Amino acid sequence: MHNANNLKEYREDMQEALDNEFLRKSMDAFAVGYRINRAKAFADINEPVLIKQIADCKDYAVKNNAALLKQFTEEAEKRGVHVHLAKDAEEANALIAKIAKDNNVKKIIKSKSMTSEETLLNHYLEDEKYEVVETDLGEWIIQMRHEGPSHMVMPAIHLSRYQVQDLFSARTGRELEPDPEKLTKVARQELRRDFADADMGISGANFCVAENGHIGIATNEGNARLTTTAPRIHVAIAGIDKLVPKLTDALTALKVLPRNATGQTLTSYVTWIGGANECAIAEDQKKEMHIVFLDNGRSKIAEDEMFSQIFRCVRCGACANVCPVYRLVGGHKMGHIYIGAIGLILTYFFHGEEKAKNLVHNCINCGACKSICAGGIDLPGLIKELRARINQDSGMPIETTLLGKVLKNRKLFHSLLRFGKWAQTPMKKGPYLRHLPLMFMKDQGFRSFPTIADKPFRDRFSEIKPMVHNPKHRVALFSGCVQDFVYPEQMEAAVKVMARHNVAIDYPMEQSCCGLPVQMMGEKQVTIDVAKQNVDAFEGTNCDYIVTLCASCASHLKESYVELLEGDRDYKEKVKRFSAKIIDFSSYVHDVLGVTTDDFNKSDEKVAYHSSCHLCRELKVIEQPRNLIDMAGEYAPSAEEDVCCGFGGTFTVKFPELSSTLLDKKLTNIEATKAKRLVADCPGCLLHLRGGSNVRENGMKVTHIAELLAENLK
Amino acid sequence: MSDLKKLFTEKAELVSAKVTSIKSMDEAFAYAAKYVAAKSPCELLIPSSPDAVQPEFSDEKILAAPELSDDQYAALAKACEGTSVKLIKSGMRGYMAGIDAGFTIADGGLCDTGSIVQQSNGEELRLATMVSETHIAVLSVSSLYEDSIAAEKLLLDLMDGVAYTAFITGPSRTADIERTLAIGAHGPLELHILLLED
Repeated sequence: MHNANNLKEYREDMQEALDNEFLRKSMDAFAVGYRINRAKAFADINEPVLIKQIADCKDYAVKNNAALLKQFTEEAEKRGVHVHLAKDAEEANALIAKIAKDNNVKKIIKSKSMTSEETLLNHYLEDEKYEVVETDLGEWIIQMRHEGPSHMVMPAIHLSRYQVQDLFSARTGRELEPDPEKLTKVARQELRRDFADADMGISGANFCVAENGHIGIATNEGNARLTTTAPRIHVAIAGIDKLVPKLTDALTALKVLPRNATGQTLTSYVTWIGGANECAIAEDQKKEMHIVFLDNGRSKIAEDEMFSQIFRCVRCGACANVCPVYRLVGGHKMGHIYIGAIGLILTYFFHGEEKAKNLVHNCINCGACKSICAGGIDLPGLIKELRARINQDSGMPIETTLLGKVLKNRKLFHSLLRFGKWAQTPMKKGPYLRHLPLMFMKDQGFRSFPTIADKPFRDRFSEIKPMVHNPKHRVALFSGCVQDFVYPEQMEAAVKVMARHNVAIDYPMEQSCCGLPVQMMGEKQVTIDVAKQNVDAFEGTNCDYIVTLCASCASHLKESYVELLEGDRDYKEKVKRFSAKIIDFSSYVHDVLGVTTDDFNKSDEKVAYHSSCHLCRELKVIEQPRNLIDMAGEYAPSAEEDVCCGFGGTFTVKFPELSSTLLDKKLTNIEATKAKRLVADCPGCLLHLRGGSNVRENGMKVTHIAELLAENLK
Repeated sequence: MSDLKKLFTEKAELVSAKVTSIKSMDEAFAYAAKYVAAKSPCELLIPSSPDAVQPEFSDEKILAAPELSDDQYAALAKACEGTSVKLIKSGMRGYMAGIDAGFTIADGGLCDTGSIVQQSNGEELRLATMVSETHIAVLSVSSLYEDSIAAEKLLLDLMDGVAYTAFITGPSRTADIERTLAIGAHGPLELHILLLED
């Protein structure tokens, strides 16, 4: 559970997780194995179609929640079920305790339920002197350790077999072996007594089907089937977001849920319960069944146009499975009770801003979660928005406000960058900064920083602008601040490549930073102001394409600008025209110019590639850069090519320990290819990878893909 | 072999179910009797609580078949005659500690996942399929569906009124300790599906 009071304490928490060698190894093995299993499970499935169906169904269910609850209640009551609605956690817990009291219950068994974790039901019932036993193996283990789950589907994933061995040995008084299969059988024996003796069984529900008043529960162990069969009372607790109109909706979601969660096509058991079933030990031979629906702020969130999409979540936990940050620190540090990307958001709504304010910074914005979400939720987008809301409520940190002020004024910003060139002189060591000014230096030694170029691209452009008569199209360049002021040679290389193909090239001088860094910091108004500046800067250019060499800028300009400005009447149309023209360098050269091997002298240099998050996931550009590399050199594939390098803009400054660990993994994978050249499509990644290579002294030449192409042009 | 039957067999075996083709119910009864007689005795027997019926630690092996028709039960009993198999059809709460096998007839099969569909409204049936070490289920080839969506009508019918319905896919399993697959967490350690040509 997340209890850090501030970012500093939170960083210390994470260092503790990073130092846990077992956790790191285990999470690495899981991340790699999960990808393989998931790919197999989805082999025969039309994933985008299914995800769209789930999203549409859930969106409908949110909008019609009250009606579905009414229909479900009627159907369930017909079947002898008592249906309750609890407005918050306290009310839900009290309701369940009252049911127990009214029925003279002593022992309660539970089948896994995240909703009961949300309400801290076990603590409540234990305080009321009930004996509560979790029956899911992972839940039972963490219950004995007095911990919360560290993964939604695998609650004890953070523990080793030896820890479980010690725990079970202490419980049984026997010396047990550290063999997961044998330990599982110990749990089977121990818990069977509890199943036989319990008076009440509490379960969650994955689905509540309005058309027939059934709940659906997916488990692998079968504990839900026993929990809902053996005791004379069954209480199910479910968030109101679990309501779906029809059985087919649940069946559709069931096609994705286990596949996304663990790479299984289906869990061993899916249990559909509709009503007060037969029960031999009950007075009237009928089970007493209750369903407690939990609101806990859900109906309010449902009215929020942007955040209502969080109810598409089916609790598969896949967003954690692919999150590079979760992989490093585990669920106890990457969430409060709900973990992973969805956990950062749910914490804010269910457990309050205080619990969420540190957690929301721990998103690197790599988009891996968004690309895998069973409900197609824009998780990184929502986390960015949450940062803005939290900043608005609690006041902006001073450095964010300052950066915002500077970015709003392009001339000031660019003057500062030019001034930086002189200020850095005493710290220079070749193309890298030897020492950083104090405020930037803390914990950043894992990577050298580049120096600001002597002459920015904007001042060089007039000299290199190609003369073109009868151009086949007109291109305007968007440089982004890093390439303009730090790596102008990357832009020059791009101009050289494009100039071969009879393209007219323009560089609008009024352009500024794309605005992504301030958006990541939660400065919404500045993000909008900067977006307007850039749209205006390109409005007059009469170009066919706006080409950018930065994957992050490209995705922000193409995807976010329209959203940011759609509410502004003056910009609505302008921004659509602007975004439609945005294209990344690789796609432009590969797809539009149609370069071929004939354009290059193919060298025998082995070239590794880093697939930048914003290019491969946000813009879905996969093949183009790899084909281009193969035209100019020998493409050398590396492991986990599309896993984030750990830069993430502001992330690297806030969480240097995590950022450097991700960078190390990335460089280790690349070094394993034996290539001495590494290219990428994003200057941020390149800054990070080049600086890290410099510190590791691995002799790697790290350049933009445009430079590789320009060097090998015929 | 029909396409559905082939697909079902392939998918069910992928999740460690044992699939066998049979031509008649008599074959199913013989299979169950023979299997349980040859099975090593129930390894996990434990008294559930001091008040519960204490399991008999003997050579006798227990096969439960709660929801067969009288004729079917008689035929199964006949198959068990002269073996070490004790056949029961009720009183499952006395055997919470475990039995050797539960024998049931499934209502449908879902081919894309290799699952059986089983209406389990009766408590005896539910317990028999959970506390047994092996679940033996007869499934008619004629009740195979491509997937759960294709079986929607059957499912809605099974769920009509007060109902308890299960999709069962392979034996009970867990991977909660170091993500290492362990079979038989709380339910059966083996699932045998007898595919009946009808």
